[in-house]
Amino acid sequence: MTLMAEMNQKALNLGIPLSVHLDLTYRCNEQCVHCYLDHDDHGEMTTDEIFGVLDQLAAAGVFFLSLSGGEVLLRRDFFSIVEHARKLLFNVKVKTNATMIREKEAARLRQLGVEQIQISVYSHRAQVHDAITKLPGSLDRTLRAIRFLKSQGLKVSISNVLMSGNFADQQGVIELAKELGVAYTLDPTITPKMDGDTSILGLRIANSELKQIFQNEELVGDVAEFCAPPPPPGEDVMNGFPCSAGHTSCYISPYGDVFPCVQFPLPSGNVRRQRFLEVWRHSPQLNDVRSIRARDLPTCSTCSHVGTCTRCPGLAYMEGNMRGPSTADCEKSFQRTGIPSANMLKKAWSGLAGPLIQIQGLANSAQIPSVSQEANQLTAEKSALRSNAEFLPISGANKQSGRIVEAL
Amino acid sequence: MAEKYIARSTEIAARMLGGEMMIMSAQDSTFFTLNEVATVIWQAADGCTPLSEIVRGKICQEFEVDAEQAQRGAERFVDELSQHGILLVSERPLIDSSDPEIS
Ligand code: SF4
Ligand code: SF4
Repeated sequence: MTLMAEMNQKALNLGIPLSVHLDLTYRCNEQCVHCYLDHDDHGEMTTDEIFGVLDQLAAAGVFFLSLSGGEVLLRRDFFSIVEHARKLLFNVKVKTNATMIREKEAARLRQLGVEQIQISVYSHRAQVHDAITKLPGSLDRTLRAIRFLKSQGLKVSISNVLMSGNFADQQGVIELAKELGVAYTLDPTITPKMDGDTSILGLRIANSELKQIFQNEELVGDVAEFCAPPPPPGEDVMNGFPCSAGHTSCYISPYGDVFPCVQFPLPSGNVRRQRFLEVWRHSPQLNDVRSIRARDLPTCSTCSHVGTCTRCPGLAYMEGNMRGPSTADCEKSFQRTGIPSANMLKKAWSGLAGPLIQIQGLANSAQIPSVSQEANQLTAEKSALRSNAEFLPISGANKQSGRIVEAL
Repeated sequence: MAEKYIARSTEIAARMLGGEMMIMSAQDSTFFTLNEVATVIWQAADGCTPLSEIVRGKICQEFEVDAEQAQRGAERFVDELSQHGILLVSERPLIDSSDPEIS
């Protein structure tokens, strides 16, 4: 176990929030097509309020602090906030589009001892990047800023959100990152908007493109190992919890709302009304999240992928049930291994049973000569199965799906 | 041997976690954890208290160890951390540039 993993385990055992993601604003000078935020200012925390939150986070034991937005540099007090955070000795990571960073800002970030700057780049071609950000000239400004930051000796990482519109430029961004001497991370996840609007999900890359990513040695390392069928899950997997959200990390919005994670919008408290530690320790929502183990997930616990899946409980929550599957992750597990998830089989099963009821209705009508005797039998058999399934509790129906997975 | 004054670098992140100090160097992202004794020295590194005084006043008293042995251990610890740039060492008092109380 690495030293960092040991510390993570220790924080988990002690119930310490090791990392916090704090959004300073939702305002932005870019208007990215895939952005899930409402960019209007609905009453951001003041400088003093943020200082107070940072003091509380330090006292609670937070070590890793991500400052993000919106565009953080739109806050006039951004550098005062970073300065305060660094005085409190947080390990600070800043997420930005970097369009407002010039020599002076880069030098200040270096002087303040910021650990890393994460910058969104969607393409190596201005026409593609700028069409996504809807800010003409944005790629030029961002790349210039990366050079300023690098010349200061800062660690920079390019974050490439992949969509159908920029998938073809992925290799170009990898090459660009190499040329600039910065790290590259890829994110194929597009999430619904904060108000639940799912229209932007149409920007997601195609499943075949997801498969191409999983077959790219440069990104995943050993492809055979990465795409191997999942090993049968052991007790440790079934007793494990999904991710760090609510266990050793959480998210705070510009309005002081606390959530388990930036991608898990379950309202859990507000630091304007409560002390941070009161929310962290006693929020019924966070305690509910913490209580969930893999064995408690009705569908996923029956799935062969349960031990290796990247299932995000936040995405599952946005689909309506934080104990349910996340279909985006089902698709990833499937494209990676070629093995359908329990959720897919369950849906296929109910899809199969649904039309059968309609066929039964038609078959019962003597006026339909095209329905063969054989088809009638099949219909009757399956509809009997369907009616059995209807009486089974959900977990029982899922067990059937589980058996299908094992048989494959 | 010349007296040593030690101060914490400002180029680090640090936090107490269950009695141990976690430290990460912003220069090279090296991650350290300090045991209880090392944590006491680290917290006392205010740039103006001589190392020998920290050892006598804090380490020997709190941990009941032999002064010479404690001094040798402290010197080794200080050398190692200074090599990674997370402790600044001088033969003269340093101005304390790292005021904050580390939670
Ligand atoms: S899996 Fe989802 S909820 Fe968990 S930390 Fe990752 S993004 Fe957040
Ligand atoms: S593949 Fe789908 S059903 Fe299986 S564990 Fe992942 S999210 Fe759950």
